[in-house]
Amino acid sequence: MGLIERGKLPKPLSHLLGLSRSYSLWVYQWGLACCAIEMGACFGSPRYDVMRLGVIPFPVSPRQADLVVVSGTVTDKLAPALRRLYEQMPEPKYVISMGSCANSGGPYWDSYSVTKGVDQIIPVDVYVPGCPPRPEALLEGIVMLQQRIRDEDMAERWKGDPIVVG
Amino acid sequence: MSMLTEHQQRAYIGGQAAEARVNLELETDGMTLNIGPQHPATHGTLRIITRLDGEQVISAEPVMGYMHRGYEKLTEVRTYPQINTLINRIDWLSSFANEVPFILAAERLMEIEAPPRAQWIRTIFFELSRIANITLFLGEMGVQLGAITAVFYAFRDREHVLNQIEAATGGRFHPNYDRIGGLKEDLPKGWVAETKSVMAKVRDFCDEMETLVGTNEIFETRTRGIGVIPVEVALGYGLSGANIRASGLDWDLRRDSDTPLAWKEVDWKVWTHPDGDSFARYWVRLQETREATLIVDQLLDGLPAGPIMAKVPRIIKVPPGEAWVATENPLGEMGYYLVSKGDLGPFRVKIRTPSFNNISIVPWVLKGVYVPDVITILASLYFILGDIDR
Repeated sequence: MGLIERGKLPKPLSHLLGLSRSYSLWVYQWGLACCAIEMGACFGSPRYDVMRLGVIPFPVSPRQADLVVVSGTVTDKLAPALRRLYEQMPEPKYVISMGSCANSGGPYWDSYSVTKGVDQIIPVDVYVPGCPPRPEALLEGIVMLQQRIRDEDMAERWKGDPIVVG
Repeated sequence: MSMLTEHQQRAYIGGQAAEARVNLELETDGMTLNIGPQHPATHGTLRIITRLDGEQVISAEPVMGYMHRGYEKLTEVRTYPQINTLINRIDWLSSFANEVPFILAAERLMEIEAPPRAQWIRTIFFELSRIANITLFLGEMGVQLGAITAVFYAFRDREHVLNQIEAATGGRFHPNYDRIGGLKEDLPKGWVAETKSVMAKVRDFCDEMETLVGTNEIFETRTRGIGVIPVEVALGYGLSGANIRASGLDWDLRRDSDTPLAWKEVDWKVWTHPDGDSFARYWVRLQETREATLIVDQLLDGLPAGPIMAKVPRIIKVPPGEAWVATENPLGEMGYYLVSKGDLGPFRVKIRTPSFNNISIVPWVLKGVYVPDVITILASLYFILGDIDR
């Protein structure tokens, strides 16, 4: 796989690889607060049914996950655990920051114990705004991330800007 | 050794071996097992440090504070309408029920009372948020015991209730619908009939859960007699809500306190169970959900006409004073102790949340149980992490 990282894979192959990767995303649910319920509605309810998009929401450990959805308030006490979770995930890994709290602190912008933005701790690919965002918003965030993964040039990874839904 | 006879030698060796065996049995080494702070089946982060002897728990210590957002301090720098938005997010599954006691406390200090229609609609939404909350518990209890199907059913039928809340308030589960002196706006057209059909669906869901999970043999074996809390211990730890009713105490603030909400106008029953085990807690919550749908049905039938807002000054300043209002939230007794000095915001708010007290019994109830039962007991105590840490 060294060729991929150096960006020297033939174009058809890298296209096929991107396509396959985008439709077999294993999501680790890092459910923290209110957003976790909307994430649960998105991943676990028959109304939204995320599995039709090729997203598998039930890895038991971050070591098996490609994508983590940080949904909810990250406090300073929890931040080290979040960093450790991110480091346990295998590359290439993606992060969706769901909800105002994870994006920027949200309604707790002046609280003494809340981390104002999860992007201070781990790099974020997709920001989904809302307090809490509707499940549809999270679905759109996932679809946009899949688009990015499909067209991704592994050599160029992290040079682009994050996606903001809406 | 050479001075001993063969018989003596054998006895000596045998004794040594027996002693060694005895020592081996005595030398059990405890193991520390860390549960949490994160688990994919939860929404929130609680860490429990358990000390194990084999499969048995010697001691368990919950570590809280992973979700602490500093509510009591934040309320001191917000105005009253802003606080209303904020406190929706304490217990995120029953947001409307969080607003009501705070609004009632502020109304008590301002000496205004919302018109009857507003009180009835408040009660309806209180019960709707109870249903939205406990349906998820009914599913989640199954998940914790390995029956994943239950939670899909719960999410499916919870959507109906959320639709009704959204239709009237604009928010799926942070409605922010309550105002000091009344409500944000009146119910939309056709809402009453639609809600009634949803209540019938929720009753069907309760029946389904009862046959799918409640009468399941594996479920009963894993919950009956597990985590028994006698009523004296429950009272000592300050348990409230369904947890204490499952221990046999007939105590419900909806009936026993003097809030101006409309529960006294309708006919309903407080469910209790004498056993105090995990099954009793599940059973009481199941019955309460069904009872809540009946309460909503009756309230919808008798909904009085009239205004939904009392006369309230444009800029809300609460006169100096202190007030304590507690209501029976889905998880138990939730109360606000409001101290005002006449400003735009309160001087101090003490928030009494049910989960904080319900979780404090964990070291007592987990002592001596087996590891798989830890999950059963924690699931049946039913806490919401935001409600514990605030």
